[in-house]
Amino acid sequence: MEIFDYWFRERHKYAEEWKSKTGGKVIGYFCTYIPEELLYAANILPVRIFGSHDSRIVTLSEAHIYPTMYCPFCRDCLASGLAGKYKYLDGIVLGQSCLHMRQSYHTWAANIPVEFKHNLAIPHGVQNPEAVDHYLNEMLIFKGALEEWLGKEISMDKVREAVEVVNENRRLLRELYELRKREKPPILGHEVMKVVITSQFVDKREHNEALKKLLKEAKEVDRDVKVDARILITGSENDEVDFISHVEDLGMVVVIDEQCTGSRYFWNTVEVKDDIFRAIAERYVNRPPCPAKDWPERRRLDFIKQLAKEWNVQGALLIQQKFCMPHELDIPALKEMLEGEGIKTYHLEFDVTVPWGQFKTRVEAFYEELVGLEELL
Amino acid sequence: MSEKAFKVKINPLKCWPEAKRLREVMYEEYAKAKERGGIRWSGSAWAFSAIPAGLGDDVYYLAGEPYGATCASFMDLSKELISAAVNAGYSRDLCSYALNYWGSILLNKYVLADGRVIEWQPPDFMWTIHTCCQHAKWYQVAGELELKLYGKKIPLYAVDVPVGSYRDPPEVKEKRIKYVVDQLKRGIEWLEKVTGRNYNESRLIDAVKTEIEVTHLWARICELNQAVPAPLDERAIYALFAFGPMNKHDKRSLELYRKLLKEVEERVKKGIGMIEGERARVVSNSNPPWFATYIWRPLEARGCVPVGSLYTFGLIGCWEVSDGKLKPRTLPWEKGFNITNADDALWAIAEWTLNGRLMWQVVHDFQAYVDLMDMLARQWKADAIILHYNKGCEYFAFCVPELKRQLIKRGHKVFNYEGSMANPYDVDLEKIYAVFDAVAESLGL
Repeated sequence: MEIFDYWFRERHKYAEEWKSKTGGKVIGYFCTYIPEELLYAANILPVRIFGSHDSRIVTLSEAHIYPTMYCPFCRDCLASGLAGKYKYLDGIVLGQSCLHMRQSYHTWAANIPVEFKHNLAIPHGVQNPEAVDHYLNEMLIFKGALEEWLGKEISMDKVREAVEVVNENRRLLRELYELRKREKPPILGHEVMKVVITSQFVDKREHNEALKKLLKEAKEVDRDVKVDARILITGSENDEVDFISHVEDLGMVVVIDEQCTGSRYFWNTVEVKDDIFRAIAERYVNRPPCPAKDWPERRRLDFIKQLAKEWNVQGALLIQQKFCMPHELDIPALKEMLEGEGIKTYHLEFDVTVPWGQFKTRVEAFYEELVGLEELL
Repeated sequence: MSEKAFKVKINPLKCWPEAKRLREVMYEEYAKAKERGGIRWSGSAWAFSAIPAGLGDDVYYLAGEPYGATCASFMDLSKELISAAVNAGYSRDLCSYALNYWGSILLNKYVLADGRVIEWQPPDFMWTIHTCCQHAKWYQVAGELELKLYGKKIPLYAVDVPVGSYRDPPEVKEKRIKYVVDQLKRGIEWLEKVTGRNYNESRLIDAVKTEIEVTHLWARICELNQAVPAPLDERAIYALFAFGPMNKHDKRSLELYRKLLKEVEERVKKGIGMIEGERARVVSNSNPPWFATYIWRPLEARGCVPVGSLYTFGLIGCWEVSDGKLKPRTLPWEKGFNITNADDALWAIAEWTLNGRLMWQVVHDFQAYVDLMDMLARQWKADAIILHYNKGCEYFAFCVPELKRQLIKRGHKVFNYEGSMANPYDVDLEKIYAVFDAVAESLGL
């Protein structure tokens, strides 16, 4: 796990070193619906923009957005940019997602100099039969913009190679998730979270190698884990590794998640075929949906139900970034579905910082509900 | 303070009583549709409302946002509706129109334009669009509540409208238009399936032409407000623009706007302002708290007229940018595009809306928001811009500080107030008036 810990901690240093080592460019992306395959094919390192959870810098964003109702994650991403944490970026790209993320992109574009900016109009109506064609069109516009910026064509061969690299990463992550089905999972939720999050900014070729080693170790190890309750976490973007670690210290093991810093990011692969661009478009349109795109039917709930069943969970933490409207619109239905399945739920709102002291009492109350007071004491 | 506390001399419009009555009729018609064997549908004010019109003349539309605004104009009732929605688990920072709408389902109340309340009138189907994060999901939730409370499964169709702005290259726009047209075509099949009715192409053509003309005329009416003194003020505009959001494909809206255009032209010619003694002008971005549409009266009492907003001008009105200036869009048939069949009609309405509706553009392209506000302030001769931190609408609130920064950089005087379009719990009128005092003082009034 050490390498993942290092990458997680030193993500900016990693990107800067990657840049000087390879001579490639680095693009920061907002939202996981952007086709990373195209960036890899162009020898660009895609780096997902995260916040810093640092109360000393988050106020930098407040001259630009209305904090009274702005998603803390999106606000923190913007603050990190304004604070110069991402000064190594050559460009930024937005994969159209929620309004808050979109505004962080626009404000970033207006205030932080970068060479390349692109707003990729990902369809919202991913259930529409027309969505694949639309994604494909917009992706090709993005490809054209990249080629113009780079002054060279992105070849089909490179795209196919990139698809293999990204697909391998997805398969390896799925394999890691499979191990968590064990009665005593060989890897804990907060560790897995680090693995997935680092895959969003580390070169996937390196990440794949590290993942293979981790998988080998995890398969062989017989870890004595205290598993009082098996937990699902679901909801908004969540990179609060420390929070998950504290939850697990209590004896609740996070065995599965449904988040864009987890399963939603990598669950399905590109089904390779002759028309590789269409194959990529299909992959993104058909991935487990973000709630912003989950309409008219609620397909997300079926996915969560399936995860809860297969990973045999007893409880679910519904984690929502404050003011995250798409999740707020899903929570009543999600809660009802999970409780209907006999899975207890607890809803938590996250802000830029998540003070464990205050959350602890609430999470302990949930533990007590799941396991009983005696176990806690 | 009530509206009467502010001494403002107004020159009322002749067509006002007709407009008021038409609005009441439209709400009643929806409620009585079933008595006539008609069909009812609901969806966003931004829905392509001309499309369901192809199902027949007895098809009635409840537009969600105007309905939410109507609820909000009755403060105590609105508080009751919002509380019901929040108690059912829907967060209070969600769209305040949606909270009023869901509250109506939950409490079995349908609010008529004059404030009378009858039983909730469920639609037969929901037909909407999705551009902000909440549009389609609003009706997804509404469908769940209808099923849970009344056992009625109401089908939902939502058209994804990934619009860019006037700044995009034409080839990009074409593909986006096609995406929308394809969804509309499939939508017509869906409408036939869920209603069991045959679709009538000539009704579609007629409704599309009407909608295009209504949204064109509205822009022309707003354009006339560049005149000094301004023939209209925002208070009047709030009441009159509602026919766009409510029924933009309806011949009666067209007739009303034709009359209104003539009357406003006449006012401009004769130099009649809505407010006597205009000394200064302001523009805004967003909608007001609907229970206090008289919000601008303290400024008007000091001679400062709110002459428009991007919201009232561009929510439904269709415009084009030419030589850096806003102009009402040229009608398609004046540019040689004649609508003779269903394909033409679908292309025309998608193209017209995607390229002309300002408020869609600003949702997707923030820089367009800045440019359009700048044009609005300059062309309508505003002395200041007043922005609303509208907590009832996430988009209108959360980007305001950046908008303000950029407009100040362009040389405008910019002020802001906090409130909500449809959640009375979030509105403090006295605080808003204190901001307006500061505006008036800084303008030397």
